[in-house]
Amino acid sequence: MTDYLDNVDSEWFSQRLSAVMGLVVVAFVVLGARLIYLQAIEGREYRRLSESNSIRLRTVDAPRGLIYDAKDRLMADNRPSYNLSVIVKDAQPLLKTIKKLSAYTGIDATELWDRLEKAKGTRAYKPVLLKSDIDRDVLAAIEVNGWDLPGIEVTVSPRRDYIFSPSSAHILGYMGEIGLEDLKNQLFADCKTGDFIGKYGIERSREHWLRGKRGGQQVEVNATGQIVRVLNTVEAIPGQNVILSIDQSLQQTAEQLLEGLAGAAVAVDPSTGFILAMASSPSFDQNAFISGMSHEQWNTLVSDPRHPLENKAIQAEYPPASTYKIISAAAGLEEGIIDENTSYKCPGFLKFGNRTYRCWKKWGHGEVDIIKALSESCDVYFYKVGQELGVDRLAWYARAFGLGEPTGVDLNHEAGGLVPTAHWKKKQLGTSWQKGETLSVVIGQGFNLATPLQMAMVASAVGNGGTRYRPKIVKTIRTAGGKIVYESTPEVSGRLPIGKKTLSIIRQGLFNAVNDRHGTAWRSRLDGVAMCGKTGTAQVVGRREGEESGEPIKDHAWFVAYAPQNEPKIAVAVIVEHGEHGSTTAAPIAAEMIRFYLSGGKPGKNQKPELSPASTLQGD
Amino acid sequence: MNTMFDRRLLQCFDWGLLGLTFAIAAVGLIALYSAVSAGAVEPDLALFKKQLVWYAVGSVVMVVCFLFDYKQFERYANVIYVASLGSLTAVLFLGKYVGGSRRWLPLGPFSLQPSEMAKVAVILILARYYAKIINTEGLSIRDLAIPAFLTALPFGLIVQQPDLGTAMVIALIAGAMTLFVKIERRTLGWLVATFAALVPSVWFFLHNYQKQRILTFLNPERDPLGAGYHIIQSKIAIGSGMLTGKGFLKGTQNALSFLPEQHTDFIFSVLSEEWGLFGSMTVVVLFLLIIAWGLSIAGRCRYPFGTIMAVGVTAMIAWQAIINIGMVMGLLPVVGVTLPFVSYGGSSILTIMMSIGLLMNVSMRRFKFE
Repeated sequence: MTDYLDNVDSEWFSQRLSAVMGLVVVAFVVLGARLIYLQAIEGREYRRLSESNSIRLRTVDAPRGLIYDAKDRLMADNRPSYNLSVIVKDAQPLLKTIKKLSAYTGIDATELWDRLEKAKGTRAYKPVLLKSDIDRDVLAAIEVNGWDLPGIEVTVSPRRDYIFSPSSAHILGYMGEIGLEDLKNQLFADCKTGDFIGKYGIERSREHWLRGKRGGQQVEVNATGQIVRVLNTVEAIPGQNVILSIDQSLQQTAEQLLEGLAGAAVAVDPSTGFILAMASSPSFDQNAFISGMSHEQWNTLVSDPRHPLENKAIQAEYPPASTYKIISAAAGLEEGIIDENTSYKCPGFLKFGNRTYRCWKKWGHGEVDIIKALSESCDVYFYKVGQELGVDRLAWYARAFGLGEPTGVDLNHEAGGLVPTAHWKKKQLGTSWQKGETLSVVIGQGFNLATPLQMAMVASAVGNGGTRYRPKIVKTIRTAGGKIVYESTPEVSGRLPIGKKTLSIIRQGLFNAVNDRHGTAWRSRLDGVAMCGKTGTAQVVGRREGEESGEPIKDHAWFVAYAPQNEPKIAVAVIVEHGEHGSTTAAPIAAEMIRFYLSGGKPGKNQKPELSPASTLQGD
Repeated sequence: MNTMFDRRLLQCFDWGLLGLTFAIAAVGLIALYSAVSAGAVEPDLALFKKQLVWYAVGSVVMVVCFLFDYKQFERYANVIYVASLGSLTAVLFLGKYVGGSRRWLPLGPFSLQPSEMAKVAVILILARYYAKIINTEGLSIRDLAIPAFLTALPFGLIVQQPDLGTAMVIALIAGAMTLFVKIERRTLGWLVATFAALVPSVWFFLHNYQKQRILTFLNPERDPLGAGYHIIQSKIAIGSGMLTGKGFLKGTQNALSFLPEQHTDFIFSVLSEEWGLFGSMTVVVLFLLIIAWGLSIAGRCRYPFGTIMAVGVTAMIAWQAIINIGMVMGLLPVVGVTLPFVSYGGSSILTIMMSIGLLMNVSMRRFKFE
């Protein structure tokens, strides 16, 4: 103890404690007075408010932002959805009310009771959702008989409506109920259970732009639940509208051309990188997600071996096959291994090591220069180029052309493809690179993987003279009132590392592929427009891990192109799974898409390319 | 351990305090039962049963707290404080993330809230410090430096969770203890002046949205869909109880169905609606009695640490009761402060029983000199 304590004694403490007690008493007197005020003086008024007139909160849902195409055609809209709820407290006697409801509307009573069962534990004053999205007949029945159905209410909330569904399904995406994990996320702080959020496509990648802000009202209701007056309102803020770069008519054309097939078609504007169309087949009905799918429907979609839920344009990776020769040619020319005069003989095969590597043309192409090699897709020519280049140099060029990593398009789930190198193989598979494998790589087979979008961007870069753009699908974002809040501008990702001479040689090769009688895509040439492109046929061994394989499967068909030859307005990549030959199945699709687009949307003969048996004249 | 349980201590046992504690605990349990059962489409009594368990455990804790001479608490105040800081830090990293904050440490089937125990830790360590330096002139700025620091640490950690309500209560307890122990007049003048000058200048530097937040906080009516709505419903619930209330289990049918946190923050409203003015006044009086009892225990104690600690514990009960009851009646802004003995909460019950145990401790050893 210190000597201070001599001064501090029980007297001193008593004084201070008395002061404290005094303050406490004052505080409590205030509390008591307030209680008397609320309960004794104003008690009657509060009793009235609590019994007959209740003050409740009504939420006002915000309409979701709309999605338009580049020509301002509405693609995703909101429609009113009518939801049937019951407020248990007002609906007494409950048994009778449910019975009547079932009788008037034709909804099975067990379904209604089921819902009530699930809502055990909810406060008697909170609406319990009995059935969502009721149709007009049910709505009419309830409105007409409202006087006999106490506590039954119908609320309106906006629901998504995909106007062209299943067109553009993979681009627009779909919505689903918010999950528990998302609710914990800060991004979804203003959402509650039962809310719908974007789960895929633009709906998801632009969720925070599209979702508006919920509002609400403080209302006073009477004994039967009718609103007597509105006390306070907080306005709902509608979501912002997204305008895509997609041309819906081109998109639909592409989808029609792919109908019945599995594959993808991507069209971009080579001068900006904006995506004009992105079709993936087979597709799915987006509206089914909104109105609620049964388990069987969902399982069917998920277990379909052709993966309708996958956007093949960006999620599926395929060996690029002969379309890769564009890159091989660029590498060979830039590295000085070949020039425009270098010529090799193609007898239809090449012996390397102790193996024989075949050319697709059984009897060979004869004397071939680089332009003919591209135009007629000679494998042997490129085997020779590949031998000298080596896999690592090829890999460098492939990466410079944008392969091996995602393009950065504004959609989720984009795959990056694969560009193999010796180092990669050692690390992933544990074995060293065999020289013979380079021969597969140089013609776009082997470990090579690319997405249709990546190949479209390759065509775009070659077409526009060497600029690599980042593909974009969102063009503008506007408020509901029309004010522009975001305008997308073309973004340059890089430049092709090739000189003017190399580029013009490649372009000539691509021109000849379509417009020369011996070119692999001759049959798909267009009147009046110089389309330039490259066919490809990807060998199918086993598609991806965990997939069924074993039966003899047809190869995938590729075609990449741009048109017109000078200052192209469109670049396209098409892949048809098991389409067998690029020239017969993929090229006609691309050609028709280009024709349609360049003619300003004039409908053509719209012939579906037939899956013709392997031809010995054309093909790849 | 010299003295465990002297027969004399039994004679000095504070039966009055025990009686008051039982009374208010009983009131609390009845109110909780009503809050969790009636009104729902079907009642869910799990929370009520849990609270009973917590009271049982709490009673054991209470007994433990008066088994040993309270001077042991003075000796180990440092250790308890550091352990509390440790648990507060742990909860920031390991705590369960619930509704935007991390307040609970999961321990097997239970969860504990370190911020609750922190109140007792702060009371103990401040009492120990003040007991040493207390004098009739009052404390100077120098003397206040350490207590300020000791309070700021847990305050800061709790604010991080974030749990502004509990942090504020700790600050208020510390403030009450400090003012009780007396601040030298000059220093007090300076502190008041500094505070008065700081507030307008801090206001100047706040962002607009922060100003809006504070204004809405002070006047809940500005937020008609959030806090403003809750307070309206709470006042209706309380007022509608009138003189005799609507009756046990009958209140929650009405306005209360709209109240969130009926078993925690707004439980006083439930109580008032069902038992009317008679019931609500009874509870208010019970709290006043416990506070008065606590202060009288402080007065009869001959040992400064015991006195100051008793004041601290009493301050804790007083602040929480005043703030919670004031808030649900619309007199004070909406902060997350629960009503002791009544609101649901395991850690809260443990803490309050611990505190009562400490009061018992001081009370029954008032004739011991050492």
